[in-house]
Amino acid sequence: MHRLDPRTKIVLTFVYILSLFIFENPAVYAVAALFLIIEIILSRIPILYMVKGLKPVAFLLAFTVAVNLLFTGGQELFSFWIFTVTIEGIKRSSYLIGRLIFLVLASNLMTLTTAPVSLTNALEYLMRPLKLFKVPVHEVAMMMSIALRFIPILVDEANKIMKAQMARGADFDSGNIIKKTKSFVPIIIPLFVSAFRRANNLAQAMEARCYNGGEGRTRLNPLKYRRGDVVAYVLLVIYAVLIVLMGCFLFKAPPVAL
Amino acid sequence: MKTEKVNELNELNTDIPILEAKHLVFEYRTGAAKPVRAVYDVSFSVWPGEFIGLIGHTGSGKSTLLQLLNALETPASGTVYFKGQDIFEKRYDRKKLRGKVGLVFQYPEHQLFAETVFADVCFGPLNMGVDRKQAELTAYDTIKQVGLEDECFYKSPFDLSGGQKRRAAIAGVLAMKPEVLILDEPTAGLDPKGRDELLDMIASLRDKENMTIILVSHSMEDVARYADRIMVMNEGRLILDDTVSTVFKHRQEIKTAGLSVPEVSEIVAELSAAGLPIRDDIFTVDEAAEEILRVLKEYRVI
Ligand SMILES: Nc1ncnc2c1ncn2[C@@H]1O[C@H](COP(=O)(O)OP(=O)(O)OP(=O)(O)O)[C@@H](O)[C@H]1O
Ligand SMILES: [Mg+2]
Repeated sequence: MHRLDPRTKIVLTFVYILSLFIFENPAVYAVAALFLIIEIILSRIPILYMVKGLKPVAFLLAFTVAVNLLFTGGQELFSFWIFTVTIEGIKRSSYLIGRLIFLVLASNLMTLTTAPVSLTNALEYLMRPLKLFKVPVHEVAMMMSIALRFIPILVDEANKIMKAQMARGADFDSGNIIKKTKSFVPIIIPLFVSAFRRANNLAQAMEARCYNGGEGRTRLNPLKYRRGDVVAYVLLVIYAVLIVLMGCFLFKAPPVAL
Repeated sequence: MKTEKVNELNELNTDIPILEAKHLVFEYRTGAAKPVRAVYDVSFSVWPGEFIGLIGHTGSGKSTLLQLLNALETPASGTVYFKGQDIFEKRYDRKKLRGKVGLVFQYPEHQLFAETVFADVCFGPLNMGVDRKQAELTAYDTIKQVGLEDECFYKSPFDLSGGQKRRAAIAGVLAMKPEVLILDEPTAGLDPKGRDELLDMIASLRDKENMTIILVSHSMEDVARYADRIMVMNEGRLILDDTVSTVFKHRQEIKTAGLSVPEVSEIVAELSAAGLPIRDDIFTVDEAAEEILRVLKEYRVI
């Protein structure tokens, strides 16, 4: 899993997510779940850690389910107060849950097993056809790598500044909303100053190394397909065919638009 | 101006330590990896008016320890007492505490934010609930005290030189009138002159205002020159805590902690090992010169 070419992983994840959105039928979801479980096992990432990755979307999940459960029209199952729960509502919300969970797990799996830099490299490669339309693919990919690289640094920095202001008696969680918003000024300003300083340093460092865009640039670790990637693509095709067949013929459920 | 209730009890008491750490343990938890133990079972007492030097190799846990001392981080176990009161107790006013135990961070100039130096220095005292007029008076005095010229008062802090920014940031903490001042490598990146001026200023705070000082530094020479007592940290543990002369006698421990004793002490120790009747508790150049002259005279070499 970890050694697959990042391009393979991106294509894999993309097709997988697409398959979740095109068909809405229990057989497809069962196959999709199976596929995901096998992938997780192969990746050797602890299940618990994957489950923890769902935490940030837990609220979104709960919200979608609640809305769908309560406000979908159809055959009434039972009702209370002003809400009616319908069979369609239950169906819809279980599909939605499945879809969201699979989606988050699949994309987490990809980012957990791949270094961000190789992801952007792979994206650059996969987006190369866009060059025909004058999209500056290399530059976009470079910007993405830099942004990804800087997120943890800035988070660290923000933490440090926050503590430094707390040492001067700053208080971030008392008072009304206006006071609270105002209390972030002493964090935001130094953070911006430091971000600009870092950007400046980086630009200078890149120029000192004669960086001048993507033209004719070679890579430290060229992307290369291996045996494993071929196997993965074959599996992917089998998966796709299976899904399409089941989606179209089993249960006779029509494809649902996004 | 003594409005706080928590500390009034022990205001005049010099029989108890002003700060006391008891079996502090702290771990950083980052992601799935196992936690980094940054501070492990550290205990010590700080007495009013002391000047303590804290030294240790990079990553030995100095900065983390300092953040525990004014409750910016919470220890996994152990606790800190300020004037005999547990600062991690639920009802203790930790915001007030941070005004009493002032912490100047590593590279404090990165925390400057206001439009003028003056406004930035006022930030601390205003947060502590001092009224505006009093805060401005204090800010005025403090900016003078750290040696910034008058024309800096209404400049943007971002237009100052590196050394001036450092002073402005230190003034921002000093303006809260802390009883204990903790400085994390305040001289990093300063030129020798700026460094000496800053350290002299800090020493004068102790001498004139009886402020208690804890100074983190990588320079043994600086610490030896100004501190009464040295604490040495290694890999999260406090391995030495004693008077300057006693600590520098433990040369082996200091070396295993990845540090070096001042060069003068090294030379004096070697002379002493070579059989010269020379005192071996010397750590400043002047003292060493005097002592060597004394010995030479005794031997009638000169
Ligand atoms: N925010 C953090 N998250 C995770 N680990 C950290 C964090 N800050 C420090 N550490 C780790 O804790 C340990 C002690 O760090 P600390 O900053 O206290 O060292 P230090 O003695 O101040 O070093 P220096 O002299 O370089 O400032 C180090 O191993 C460091 O990697
Ligand atoms: Mg530090």
